[in-house]
Amino acid sequence: MAWNLDSDRPIFSQIVERIQTDIIAGKYKPGEKLPSVRDLAQEAAVNPNTMQKAFAELERIGLVFSRRTSGRFITEDIPMIESAKTTLAQQEMNRFLEMMQKLGYGRDEILNLLNRTLKKD
Amino acid sequence: MSTLLECKDLTKTYGPKTAIDHISLSIESGHIIGLLGPNGSGKTTLIKMINGILTPTSGTLTIAGNPIGAESKKHVSYLPDHTYLNMNQKVKDVISFFRDFYQDFQLERAHDMLQKLGIAPEDNLKSMSKGTKEKVQLILVMSRNADLYVLDEPIAGVDPAARDYILNIILSNYDPKATILLSTHLISDIENILDEVIFIQNGQIRLSSPVEDIRVKEGKSVDTLFREVFKC
Repeated sequence: MAWNLDSDRPIFSQIVERIQTDIIAGKYKPGEKLPSVRDLAQEAAVNPNTMQKAFAELERIGLVFSRRTSGRFITEDIPMIESAKTTLAQQEMNRFLEMMQKLGYGRDEILNLLNRTLKKD
Repeated sequence: MSTLLECKDLTKTYGPKTAIDHISLSIESGHIIGLLGPNGSGKTTLIKMINGILTPTSGTLTIAGNPIGAESKKHVSYLPDHTYLNMNQKVKDVISFFRDFYQDFQLERAHDMLQKLGIAPEDNLKSMSKGTKEKVQLILVMSRNADLYVLDEPIAGVDPAARDYILNIILSNYDPKATILLSTHLISDIENILDEVIFIQNGQIRLSSPVEDIRVKEGKSVDTLFREVFKC
């Protein structure tokens, strides 16, 4: 099944986000080997050069490292994965708050609403 | 990355009509390139010149430094927009035909792909659906070890599920050093596998750009941009 990607946005950054989320969510474990560029490009149904670029970016951020002959692996630096998780959570919160403000909710109203929703679950 | 295909001032006229109008273009190895344009824009004419089926009226065209001819054809694997296979044959007959004809034909690769698609060597071409015939032809073309694959409308006649499979065939057999040039109208189906697009209109190049640049600069998909550029 091809990945669900949005053609309006650069495919490269969507792949980076997707793999980053998979690492944070534990789909890929620390120290685990990543599939090859070719296999993952095929799975995602994207251009292999784009996948290659996304891998290079993940390496640059530090979430992934490569061993010369044996491929690419997920970082074993747990604090680094934790900090990526916090950043991602913060981004999601900002997005949520922006939307709520657009709808006209103030800070206290948002807090009340959030508390009520959390209690229902 | 080296220049694989180069054309300079390439022109093709049919009587009073100019199909390709002074095109200069250079294509590097290692890319998947979409050749996109409305009907009658000159896509197939350009593709036919690359494959030596049509002769340019003026200008030059080279592949890996060679003029179009026997030498250039060794480097190019071509899927035409119409079938040329003899429909009275079985799959195994066309395979041995291709094997005799092309030194770079990979028999194992062909059998492997056919098997994955559930096509038997004993199957008759005649009794196949249009989509299955297209798959067989694409398998033949992709089973060669070419430097340049030229695919004219490879997904036009097949359903969306088979389209996904065909894209999968293209991606799984793609050698990173080779280049694929493919023409299509079905942009949204293929745009994620492209490195670059060339928009062609009235025999001229309207735009030539990496696809990711379009998404970054325009904030839109190649499909949306195409619809805007070629709005009727």
